[in-house]
Amino acid sequence: MRNPHRSQNIAFALLLFATLLIIIPVGLIVVIIIQKGIPAISWQFISDIPRQGMRAGGIYPAIIGTLYLVSGAIIFALPVGLLAAIYLSEYSKDNFLNRLIKLSIVNLAGVPSVVYGLFGLALFVVFFKFGASILSGSLTLGIMILPIIVTTSREALESVPQSFREVSLSLGASKWQTIRHIVLPNAIPGILTGTILGLGRAAGETAPILFTVAAFYLPQLPKTVFDQAMALPYHLYVISTQVPNVEEKIRYGTAFVLLAMVLFMNLVAIVIRYQFRKRKKW
Amino acid sequence: MRKIKEFFIEKLILICGLVSIFFVVLIFLFLLREGLAVFKNVSPSNFLLGKSWYPISEPPQLGIFPLILGSLLVTVGAAIISIPIGVGCAVYIAEVAPLKTKEILKAGIELLAAIPSVVLGFIGMVTLVPLVKNIFHLPTGLTALSGSIMLAFMAMPTIVSIAEDALYSVPKTYKEGALALGATHWQSIWRVMLPAASSGILAAVMLGIGRVIGETMAVMMITGNAAVIPNSILVPVRTLTATIAAEMGEAVVGGEHYFALFAIGIVLFVISFAINVTADLFLHRRR
Repeated sequence: MRNPHRSQNIAFALLLFATLLIIIPVGLIVVIIIQKGIPAISWQFISDIPRQGMRAGGIYPAIIGTLYLVSGAIIFALPVGLLAAIYLSEYSKDNFLNRLIKLSIVNLAGVPSVVYGLFGLALFVVFFKFGASILSGSLTLGIMILPIIVTTSREALESVPQSFREVSLSLGASKWQTIRHIVLPNAIPGILTGTILGLGRAAGETAPILFTVAAFYLPQLPKTVFDQAMALPYHLYVISTQVPNVEEKIRYGTAFVLLAMVLFMNLVAIVIRYQFRKRKKW
Repeated sequence: MRKIKEFFIEKLILICGLVSIFFVVLIFLFLLREGLAVFKNVSPSNFLLGKSWYPISEPPQLGIFPLILGSLLVTVGAAIISIPIGVGCAVYIAEVAPLKTKEILKAGIELLAAIPSVVLGFIGMVTLVPLVKNIFHLPTGLTALSGSIMLAFMAMPTIVSIAEDALYSVPKTYKEGALALGATHWQSIWRVMLPAASSGILAAVMLGIGRVIGETMAVMMITGNAAVIPNSILVPVRTLTATIAAEMGEAVVGGEHYFALFAIGIVLFVISFAINVTADLFLHRRR
């Protein structure tokens, strides 16, 4: 007869092996980028424009472009996403419409990023005639991160205990007053976490900005929202595949800055979440 | 006065609540608006099953069959790699790992999910591609296999986190019952937990595959971009997504090539829609 404990040991060893197959490469990727990227980082690299056909100089315009895009995306997505989350958590009843909205959010989250790029091109660049511009790119990214913001904000709102609302309503507050003064303040850490995760996602995406904003090479900074801009992820793509003979150092440096930016945002989100869980009174 | 203000605020909230439905419909409509025009010149069956994709020859040949096969090959490869590893990792995290390790592993998976795809593509180019080239003695390492490995990696966070949720949501009493009857921990996982969580795990796998089909940048950087019908997993291929990303920059707005790329967008949208709706049904059935 087979020994059940031996098969358990074998099975658990295989499960551990599967886990290591994911975790070790993740660690390696981060370590390689840090190790090879840090030597490239200098004040000049961060603050100078790209020179000699992007084979020298810095990545300043790309960093600034990404910051503009991410800010634009969040200015659009946060209010809309938050109100949508309030609707789902506070107003909607468990009916067909509610189900349909949730299904749409799931679908919006699953649309391939390059299809967002097509959509942004067709709607903002061509139909609204915004052209390839920061405005078009920001709105495209904003729609893309909407599901993240709605989902996390809704969870944050729903985790505020029902009794809080009941007390407020019983004291004579209206429904909106209750939401505004009781529910929202208690949900802010969760909403913030979702917002920052959305920011990180928007900062790293390339496909949605390919045809809506990203400039191959643009040494000066954008002046209005109707200008094109460089962006970090697209710049990394360009110098790794489109421009020959770029020094490895510059590529790793760019990858490092992008990764650092995205991971920093994620780290902030995780810290906020952690602090909040510790402090939570209910 | 306050009543009026609140009336407007609540209407605004309702509108924003409906905005996600609006955007899904809007995306589809705009893809149709720009994409359907291609069928004036090429029939849907020739478009989907045509064997050559030469969009800038005269007259252009717009058959996306090689691209569909490219996507399919890379996706199947990624699924074969990522499903056993991803589900295994989910089981390990949910059932086997001690509490401290569990937190670290989950952070590692979240880290992987956060790395931008263009960074993974870059790392794939400098590490994985030369490796594949040397191991199989190929003229180039930019192959479907490299793409599959990279994409498998990118599907893992989705598969692991959703499968893990599915395992958590199996009632504790199931497992306790199995253990009380004398089953080992592994037997209770294999015979009780996994079957009970199967619909959630299936959804996890589907969503992971959805992620793979839609992935663009990494796949464009490491699969070699040859729009020909692949005869092995060790040759360069081009996927649907990479075609759009690589060629839209050169296509003239309102030209036939432009319409064809939007038509590819319709195909991708429909695939992702089908996957997400089905996965959602599986997740819903669980509750």
